[in-house]
Amino acid sequence: MITRMLSLRHTALAGLALWLLAPTAQAAWTLNMTPGISAMSREIYSLHMLMFWWCVGIAIVVFGFMIYSMVHFRKSKGAVADQYFLHSNRIEIIWTLVPVLILISMAVPAARVLVLTEDPVATELSIRVTGYQWKWGYEYLDTGVTVVSTLSRDSNRARQLGSGIDPYSVPNYLLSVDHPLVVPAGVKVRVLITAQDVIHSWWVPALAIKKDAIPGFINEAWFDIDADKTGTYRGQCSELCGRDHGFMPIVLEVKSKADFDLWLKAQRDALKQPAATTASATTTTPTG
Amino acid sequence: MATTDSAAAAHDDHDHKPHGFWNRWLTTTNHKDIGTLYLVFSCIMFFIGGSFAMLIRAELFRPGLQFLDPALFNTMTTMHALVMIFGAIMPAFVGLANWMIPLQIGAPDMALPRMNNFSFWILPFAFTLLLSTLFVPGGAPAGGWTMYPPLVLQTGNALPLMIFAVHLMGASSILGAINVIVTIMNMRAPGMTLLRMPLFVWTWLITAYLLIAAMPVLAGAVTMLLTDHFFGTSFFNAAGGGDPVMFQHIFWFFGHPEVYIMILPAFGIISEIIPTFSGKPLFGYDAMVYATASIAFLSFIVWAHHMFTVGMPLSSELFFMLSTMLISIPTGVKVFNWSTTMWRGSVSFEPPMLWALAFLFLFSIGGFSGLMLAIAPADFQYQDTYFVVAHFHYVLVTGAIFAIMGAVYYWLPKWTGHMYNMALAKWHFWLSVVFVNVLFFPQHFLGLAGMPRRVPDYATQFTDWNMVSSIGGFGFGLSQLLFPYLIWQCSRGGIKATGQVWESARGLEWELPSPAPYHSWAEAPSMATLAHGAPSHEVDS
Repeated sequence: MITRMLSLRHTALAGLALWLLAPTAQAAWTLNMTPGISAMSREIYSLHMLMFWWCVGIAIVVFGFMIYSMVHFRKSKGAVADQYFLHSNRIEIIWTLVPVLILISMAVPAARVLVLTEDPVATELSIRVTGYQWKWGYEYLDTGVTVVSTLSRDSNRARQLGSGIDPYSVPNYLLSVDHPLVVPAGVKVRVLITAQDVIHSWWVPALAIKKDAIPGFINEAWFDIDADKTGTYRGQCSELCGRDHGFMPIVLEVKSKADFDLWLKAQRDALKQPAATTASATTTTPTG
Repeated sequence: MATTDSAAAAHDDHDHKPHGFWNRWLTTTNHKDIGTLYLVFSCIMFFIGGSFAMLIRAELFRPGLQFLDPALFNTMTTMHALVMIFGAIMPAFVGLANWMIPLQIGAPDMALPRMNNFSFWILPFAFTLLLSTLFVPGGAPAGGWTMYPPLVLQTGNALPLMIFAVHLMGASSILGAINVIVTIMNMRAPGMTLLRMPLFVWTWLITAYLLIAAMPVLAGAVTMLLTDHFFGTSFFNAAGGGDPVMFQHIFWFFGHPEVYIMILPAFGIISEIIPTFSGKPLFGYDAMVYATASIAFLSFIVWAHHMFTVGMPLSSELFFMLSTMLISIPTGVKVFNWSTTMWRGSVSFEPPMLWALAFLFLFSIGGFSGLMLAIAPADFQYQDTYFVVAHFHYVLVTGAIFAIMGAVYYWLPKWTGHMYNMALAKWHFWLSVVFVNVLFFPQHFLGLAGMPRRVPDYATQFTDWNMVSSIGGFGFGLSQLLFPYLIWQCSRGGIKATGQVWESARGLEWELPSPAPYHSWAEAPSMATLAHGAPSHEVDS
């Protein structure tokens, strides 16, 4: 009984915490970068915050000095200019060397994370990403499973010039597709990125991956999503690629390893049946 | 000083201005007239480019497409950039160089006056070509001002027009740069050694070298686009054995020095204004010159930080990250020296100083976001988002444009002979500085939250900050209408300006009466005998 009450209390507390955190979490999302869903994305987020706080600190010192000079030495207060305070080698050396030290303290963690991002070894799954004007193609290498991912129909209707459809009435306006990219959590996945026509760029903020998709080139990136971060994550093409550049979103559906294996098996089975409909090679559940 | 004034005034009576409008302006070889032409041209382009920006902000006011087809939206972003960079900012600096360099170094004119006329009159043709693309079949260029292939090769009939326009702009810039270098190297008054030149002259000298080094690279890049499109070459076509990324390397090898071409003269202007309104010479003059030269050198070895997401080898990414971070050192030295110039000074807040102070704060904000962008792994998140848009508008609008505004308010009495309407000038400043932050600061949030740049429409969670940004944009755009009105008013009359104009102004240009006579320094001034002629960093006792 007591344990049940305790667990009830826990649930209530957790619910309260969630309710309190949810709006702030959403507000933070519109002001700051997302920490993302992988160890790598959190590394990059920390680097971003480290740089941000350095900049805030430097700004307080430098702007403080400027404001003090402007206010304290203002002519209207009767300040008289000191005509002999014109140069000082010692000061010049100090404000050259101190920034050098600050830069070194920034460069070391930055270089460490950069090296980590370029480590696509020991991956268990490879997916080829191909950019087209204006959609994404995904191919699970060595399985024959392919997915073509285009802007969802309701977003596409609403985004036409003068459609008269309120974008707020469309769920995930401009960030939903007909067939999302399904990936497993807790598995190191390699993506091989290329393009068919012009240069695109494949960007999923939650993974902190942005890599250009270039015709004739194959770029490489990797991610390893936390096992508990299943769900839907959204991104967009981020290299101007023509008229509908703003309308080729990326939707990532993260499944647990077991669910993913089931999904992939279903796709492969569907491929084997010649009688399957045209949509058979792709998932049939559109995500909103 | 009095004798200089009356002697110049007597000379003023027979200053041999050409008669007739066309004779005066079309065939002029006078550095002041050509400077005026450049500045008026730049102002017109500023408003044309600004009107494109107004359309962009109107479309982005709320989600959904209201006014512009996506293709037309892309045209607007592309043309806004090309017009503002090549039509507004660069010609404004060349106009200021034409007006002020001969006055500041005691030269009667630019060294190559006919070439000077030619380099200006190329520009109206270049921009007629560029703007005419708005009316050609297939639409105007819409692939971004960076002109990346293969996308840019999908441009219709506008492609060759744009490329020829870029060639013309480049030719004009190179000719202008040659003129600046020859003038500074050969026509300084006796006694004005290199390290006694005003900082504006120094920064322009270095900028001119950057122009000569960078513009031909751009010309080469666009020529290869032209042959790829029309003559079957495959410089950038992977299917023909070419390399689309090579274009980006070549473009940014031009493009990064170009960024400094647009900011070094601004540094020079700020280095003139802050000492004048602090009542004492510039702090650390030598360090300022060396810092400028260091920035110019570094500008040639950082280009690939514009392309961190392109898939470079790790070693290249490391090199370009570290070299980019280095730039903050000489830039920091400049900011510290400007700030220290005010220290133990006597600071007053006339309009030019207001713009210079706003530059100091807001350009620094652009510097901070620049430092963040230098960090390659973090740049994977920032690249091609509104965070970058916010960054480069802080350095180009509140950096370059604010410095140009400050320069005009600083030297306008010298040009027209009248003081301008101070109250209205302060209104122009305060409206601009408030609205420019409402316009660009929220774009940092949009970028971090995940909004890509160059999109005509966006997901609904980006609405609030886009609305704020658009309101700031309309406010900033409308406030700028005060500027040409104020200049027109000042050119028609007003309180007579003295030769020195500002109480603590130093330098040869303030030795001349206001307005500066049509032909000035026919006889080179002697540095020893002038009341205010000592370079701005030296104490005259």
